[in-house]
Amino acid sequence: MSVIELRDVRREYRMGDQTVHALAGVDLDIERNEYVAIIGPSGSGKSSMMNIIGCLDRPTAGTYTLNGRAVAEMNDTELATVRNQDIGFIFQSFNLLPRANALQNVMQPLVYRRMSIAERRRQATDALKHVGLADRMDHLPNQLSGGQRQRVAVARALVGRPAILLADEPTGNLDSATTAEMMALFDELHSQGQTIIIVTHEPDIAAHCLRVVRLADGKVASDQRQERA
Amino acid sequence: MYLFLESLRSAFIAIRAHGLRSMLTALGIIIGVASVVAVVSIVQGLSHTVNAQFQGLGSNSVTIRSFTPFQQQMRGRFARLTEDDLRAIRHRVDGISQITPILFDPSGRNSQVGYRAQSAFVGQVFGVGASWMEVNQLFPQQGRFFSPSDEERRRLVCLVGVDVVENLEIPGSGVGEFIRIGDEWCRIIGVMESRGELLGFSQDDFILLPYSTMQRLLGTTRRFDIQIQLVVDDLNRMDEVIDRIRRVLRQQHNLKAGEGDDFRVQTSEQLTESFNAIVNTVTAVAGGIVGISLLVGGIGIMNIMLVSVTERTREIGILKALGARRADILLQFLIEAVLLCLLGGLIGIALGYGIGALVAVMLPGFPPAHVPLWAILLSVGFSAAVGIVFGILPAAKASQLDPIESLRYE
Repeated sequence: MSVIELRDVRREYRMGDQTVHALAGVDLDIERNEYVAIIGPSGSGKSSMMNIIGCLDRPTAGTYTLNGRAVAEMNDTELATVRNQDIGFIFQSFNLLPRANALQNVMQPLVYRRMSIAERRRQATDALKHVGLADRMDHLPNQLSGGQRQRVAVARALVGRPAILLADEPTGNLDSATTAEMMALFDELHSQGQTIIIVTHEPDIAAHCLRVVRLADGKVASDQRQERA
Repeated sequence: MYLFLESLRSAFIAIRAHGLRSMLTALGIIIGVASVVAVVSIVQGLSHTVNAQFQGLGSNSVTIRSFTPFQQQMRGRFARLTEDDLRAIRHRVDGISQITPILFDPSGRNSQVGYRAQSAFVGQVFGVGASWMEVNQLFPQQGRFFSPSDEERRRLVCLVGVDVVENLEIPGSGVGEFIRIGDEWCRIIGVMESRGELLGFSQDDFILLPYSTMQRLLGTTRRFDIQIQLVVDDLNRMDEVIDRIRRVLRQQHNLKAGEGDDFRVQTSEQLTESFNAIVNTVTAVAGGIVGISLLVGGIGIMNIMLVSVTERTREIGILKALGARRADILLQFLIEAVLLCLLGGLIGIALGYGIGALVAVMLPGFPPAHVPLWAILLSVGFSAAVGIVFGILPAAKASQLDPIESLRYE
């Protein structure tokens, strides 16, 4: 069964008296443990696609089934729960909470699961160890390098054992050495069974993935499986 | 509960992170609460002391004064109480054990007193009957009070407050020394026990003379307005006795049915009540002021919270992406505002109490500050309410933010 099932998903925005079709009927299935890159020029609907897959936004029309549940019709509270349990976000600009240290950042998603503080600490510590930051847990984000920050973000995304890891230009703010490290981390997570979706416009990043979905004008222009480069 | 505690934690973190700003934000609340607590503590301290003083007067004592309505005063007609009135009450009203006239010196001429080369002004010089001691529950600490024969023979004897002895630099206790009052030399036969100060005024700066001696000093040809103090035997018959006094005095003064009393009968309870009425008014006014300042403080908090929400838009977006629901965000910001107000309130209470205590210490003779529990509870409750009322709008705004927009916010 597919983790993600998009059927004729449309997303329209009203800009003044014009209607912009950001997504104009997307059909897409993503299986468990796939390693997918979503690419396309700017304006192709990448961001809209990512917002909808990430349950930050609802499609104007069409159905979206995540883990067997129809999320297109959910209300805000239900969407928040889905984001908390099924999706791990990784952003280009890391988006760590500036006043919280690495451990607290990773613990934050578990707050919304009503987990005790001891249990949160245990799971967050495990996640940070997993990404190799066991010795940086009490550092604030501004005391960490870019690569370390993104590792904290990965740990935070993984701590709730989400169905999918959704990364939006995860290496956009990283230098090439750190980018390589980060992609190695993604490869490793994939090999451990994690479903990963990366939205990117960098061909090098897309080349790491086993499947590349190219968007153009709000539609899937091509969908290719590939061997790892 | 879980949600509440988590919100409390993050609120503490947020407030600590902006220590100075949080402090400035809460300043409105701090000042408001501090000012009311200061005023209340001073006024309540005052009322404690004054009530204790009135209690000393004895709850069954009654004071009668002449009373002239303002319009009559304008026409130059003044009501007075006379010795005849005193006599009439003494003979015709039952249930009175002690009664004394009090004759003040309206000219103040006799306030100038001297001892050897020293001279000084005395706060009050008045003539009283032998019962004055019992009526006022104030006794000589040295020497003796007036005897009936002092009264009969208009002896030039006096009792003085401790301040008079001090001011005139009279050696020893002062008993047996002669002081000049007006034009006469009087022998001090006793020194009254100290009553301390009230509102910074000494209550021991007075000279008592026998009533008849006072008349002699003032010149007997004029009829003076006196006050009458008396003690009612049975407190339960107080109203009855007062009623009887009124009827006797009305008859004495030939008042017709429609005319108002030209005198006032006051019990010490009434004095306490009228004082307490003043205290309550002051407290209410202070309450009004604090209401306004809390309103202003609350608006300040709302303003800063709105700024804070805008500033933390991205953070809110992150939290939403991580799975925070609207209620989570709402509660977090609301609790932050309430906590800010509560901290302000608590600091304000401490500050206000400090100011009150300081004022009480700095002004000589001022009673110690007293903060009643209700004032503290009210301040805390009000601060929390302000936090909720003015925190709800920013918190609602934060919770309504669109996660996508927020994440994009720079």
